[in-house]
Parts: sequence; C-alpha cells; structure tokens
Amino acid sequence: MEVILFFVAAIGALGGAIGVIAMRNPFYGVLALIAHLFSLAVLFLLLTAAFVAAAQVVVYAGAVMVLYVFVVAYVGGGTESVWEPIPGQRFLAPLLGAALFVELAVAVLSSALLALGHDGPHVNPGFGDPAAIGYLLLEKFLIPFEASSMLLMLAAVGAIVLAARREVPEVVARGSSEHSSEAPAERSEDPLATTAPAHPGAAPS
Amino acid sequence: MSIDWYIALSALLFATGAMGILLRRSPIVILLCLELMLNAGNLALVAFSRMVGNQQGQVFALVVMVVAACEVVVGLGLIVAIFRRKLPLDVDELRELRG
Repeated sequence: MEVILFFVAAIGALGGAIGVIAMRNPFYGVLALIAHLFSLAVLFLLLTAAFVAAAQVVVYAGAVMVLYVFVVAYVGGGTESVWEPIPGQRFLAPLLGAALFVELAVAVLSSALLALGHDGPHVNPGFGDPAAIGYLLLEKFLIPFEASSMLLMLAAVGAIVLAARREVPEVVARGSSEHSSEAPAERSEDPLATTAPAHPGAAPS
Repeated sequence: MSIDWYIALSALLFATGAMGILLRRSPIVILLCLELMLNAGNLALVAFSRMVGNQQGQVFALVVMVVAACEVVVGLGLIVAIFRRKLPLDVDELRELRG
C-alpha cells in the first residue's frame, strides 16, 4: 500500500515538474506546479511529516500559488520568442540536467548513508505532528522562528517598494504648498511613473 | 519503502528544476523552476529527518518554505516592476543592469 502510494505521488510530482518546464503558457505551468505541490504533500505524509504536509498545502498551494496566478493574469502569459541567443541551448540544457541528476544520484547513493535500503527507525505516533513541531519552534528554535517572521515582513515591505506606483511618495515629498503646481509636469518625466493622469488635487497640501 | 527512493526522487526533481532554469527564458517560469528546486531540497530534508528519527529537519523544511515565500514575493514584485516599465519579460534581453 505504501509502495503504491509512493509511486503514484512520485509520478505526480515528476509529471508536475516536467509540466512546469514544458508548458509554453506560464498559466498552465502554475497549474502543473500546484499538482506537483500536492503530490509532494502526499510524500511528506508518507515520511510522517504531517505538519509540513499541511503547511505545504495551505501556504504553498494556497497562498503562494494564488500570488503567482494573479501576477500571470496581470502580466499576461505571453509565449517566448523562438530567437535563441545561445546556439544549441535546447539540446545542451537537458544534457546538463541529466548530468546533474547522475552526479547527485552517484554522490548520494554511493555514500554510506543510514537510509540506503532502510526504512528508517521506528518512530512513535506523535512524530512530526503540529504539537511536536510547535514545541520545537517555540522552545528550541525560537530565535530562528522570530528571524523568519522578520524576513517575511522585510519581504512584504520590499515587494511593496518594488511594485508600487512611484507617484505617491513623489507627491508626499513635494507636498509643500508652493511647488504643488509644477509637480505634475516633473512627474511625467519620471520613467517609473505610469500613464495614469496626475491630478494635483491628490497632493496633501 | 526505503528512504533512498525519496532521496533519489529529490535528486531527480532538483535536476528537473535546474534543467528548466537552463532551458526557459521567461522570468515567471524561472521563478517556478526555483520553486521546484527548493521543494526538492525540502523533500531531501524531510527524508533525512525521517532517516535519523529526529524532527529538527522538518523545522528546517518549514524555514526553507518561509525563505521560498519571501523569494517569490520579491521576484514577483520585480516582474511587476519590469512589466510596468514596459521592458521585455525575457531574461536574455534584460542582460544590462541599466534599464
């Protein structure tokens, strides 16, 4: 039973990965990645990592993929040009990928790892459930936990700075009352400004 | 199911993601392939954590998930900024640092 489930999930994960790199339209690539993530969650469950599997489904397939879908819908899934700057790229890349797989497989499977031909030690039923992981996160790894929350906040602020329209800080910067009339003319020269018509009434003067 | 199967599958998924990065030229697809490689690393971490019977590898996998979410957010913000400036969404044409 476990073997069948492993092979079904492995084929799903591999098919999703190949779908990501083979689909011409990025939207279908995102959908293939969602299938890949669900298969990986099944594999995590087989490895008795229940909380990681739940986080994979909720965080990845739920939140991150929605972000991807929004950006693909916003940017538009244009197909790539056939122009190839590196000659033979599409033949060289699978070759290098296969070489990387062979190298990784040889490096791992020829080592004297405990895992080779072994099911792993017997673990008690609470292995990897939310209580155990939460205990580890809040007791032993409290500082990495807080550091990762700080990293998430920095990434959110960075994304807002990168993707926001640039006219709002411009208006606030020149919001002093006497220059507010020439602000729209200068704003239109800014290459980062979008084509939205600037109205000086928005300036908080 | 012995654990070396999981590790071999993780190596295969990682190689697939690397091949996608070498092959594709759209920045969105390259971000998707980065996700593939990070998830292959996660699978290896969870498999090794099962191998030694210790849950700390699963905590490491959760931290990798956080880092992947941050990378996605910043990368997608960059893609939106590139699209707003009407630059081509192609990593071969975006090879100059000055926009």
